[in-house]
Amino acid sequence: MPAKPKVPGLIKGLGVTMGTMFRTVKDGANTVQYPHEKETPPIRARGVIALREDNCTACMLCARSCPDWCIYIEGHKQLAPPRRAGGKPRQVNHLDRFDIDYALCMYCGICVEVCPFDALFWSPEYEYSEPRIADLLHDKTKLGEWMETVPEAPELEAGAAKK
Amino acid sequence: MSTLAFEIPYWGQSLLRVLGGIVAVLLPAGTIVYVFLFKMMSFMQSRLGPMEAGPYGSMQLLAEVGKWMQKEDLIPENADAKIYKIAPVIVLLSTFLLVVVVPFGPDAWFTNFQAGVFYALAIGSVSVIGILVAGWSSANKYSLLGGLRAAGQLIAYELPMVLAVVGVVIQAGSMNLQQIVVAQNTFEIFGWNGLGMPFVVTQFVGFLIFMIAVQAELTQAPFDMPIAESELVSGYMTEYSGFRFLIFFIGEFATAGVFAFIASVLFLGGWGIPFSWFGWETVDDVDDWMNIAGPGIMFAKMMLLVGIIMWVRFSYPRFREDQLQRFAWKVLIPISLLNIAVTAILKVAF
Repeated sequence: MPAKPKVPGLIKGLGVTMGTMFRTVKDGANTVQYPHEKETPPIRARGVIALREDNCTACMLCARSCPDWCIYIEGHKQLAPPRRAGGKPRQVNHLDRFDIDYALCMYCGICVEVCPFDALFWSPEYEYSEPRIADLLHDKTKLGEWMETVPEAPELEAGAAKK
Repeated sequence: MSTLAFEIPYWGQSLLRVLGGIVAVLLPAGTIVYVFLFKMMSFMQSRLGPMEAGPYGSMQLLAEVGKWMQKEDLIPENADAKIYKIAPVIVLLSTFLLVVVVPFGPDAWFTNFQAGVFYALAIGSVSVIGILVAGWSSANKYSLLGGLRAAGQLIAYELPMVLAVVGVVIQAGSMNLQQIVVAQNTFEIFGWNGLGMPFVVTQFVGFLIFMIAVQAELTQAPFDMPIAESELVSGYMTEYSGFRFLIFFIGEFATAGVFAFIASVLFLGGWGIPFSWFGWETVDDVDDWMNIAGPGIMFAKMMLLVGIIMWVRFSYPRFREDQLQRFAWKVLIPISLLNIAVTAILKVAF
């Protein structure tokens, strides 16, 4: 049986609320008055997904793994100059359209995980709400602009680098 | 009124009384909502509460009222429309009727009713009818359950409230609220009359029971089963929207203010200051400036009591329905009966 508290719980509870009130008046609240002052989100916060277009091969893995089907990709095959002189022209996928509908996205991050070419990144930016819901469809230029807000990848832990 | 230099005609007096009643009900309600609901609760949860509308969010309530006024007045299809519409008005009306007997000064009263305590306690339970009607006519099972819970709760806590007041009535020897105020400010403690004798000193048990019962009458937590939002959506208010919800909302906090007025009259000495300070003997000797100072004193005491009510409300979780009933019938009522017996014996003995 736990020891009987010195102060009855009912009185103690009143003390807690009153104490918190005086602390808030004296030291300020724990909350932040959002539009006037902002908290910096943690570096790995899931704010918005950025696209590095050069890395994308329109392989569709992200679009197919998306639980919400909110990624729209269109591309076409085209010939690129050969890598070595005298070689055969290469066939590459060219990205025509890469849209993410943030009205549907649920920020699960599976697309970022699944991308084999490092074309998708998380950015902690979060202020992109729109008065019109259709404007939440970000096209590839807009997704490319988000790349500027992607923070540098943190240093690997010692011993984690590939041998 | 007779002390004034000129005579105000009857219609003028009536108009003044109506205006005074509106001020006496709505001003405390607005102040309570801003000071306690918006600010004290927020501070107790370590946040600031509304800060945008006006300085420190002081105009927030006006913004909320505007929002409610422009919302659609929804009436459920199967609801008993006529009664459904009247219900919130009954609740608010009982508050206005309640403030009528509260004295705010030697002459600043709306009506000096001889059986004021009796009237106040009787009218105080009229709001149950409004709540029951609201719950029944909404044609919604949550509303009905909320209404029934409210009725059961208000009836259960009406009894300890009445019984707690009986102690005060015995000691003051009058049911007139004005006489009770006078009694508290002229009585002596063992021949020393420097402080008068607020009945909270002699009737402390009664005061505690009264405040607990008021907490339950106002359906504030921990007695908020009738509107238990996690069980009953919003109880009897579930279907109400727009200005009818606003009336319920005003009614809730206006009633808190008026019950605090009554509690301060019964237990804290009301508008008075100890008469011996200025050498007054009876209520007729009291200087006229008390008619101005009295409402201020009442307001301060009301804020103190409502502050305690709200403090308790923001600190405690909700009772279970059976715990609520058991607490009223098995704890509060026996104690208050005992309180009456002891008070009566001591009254006769001294």
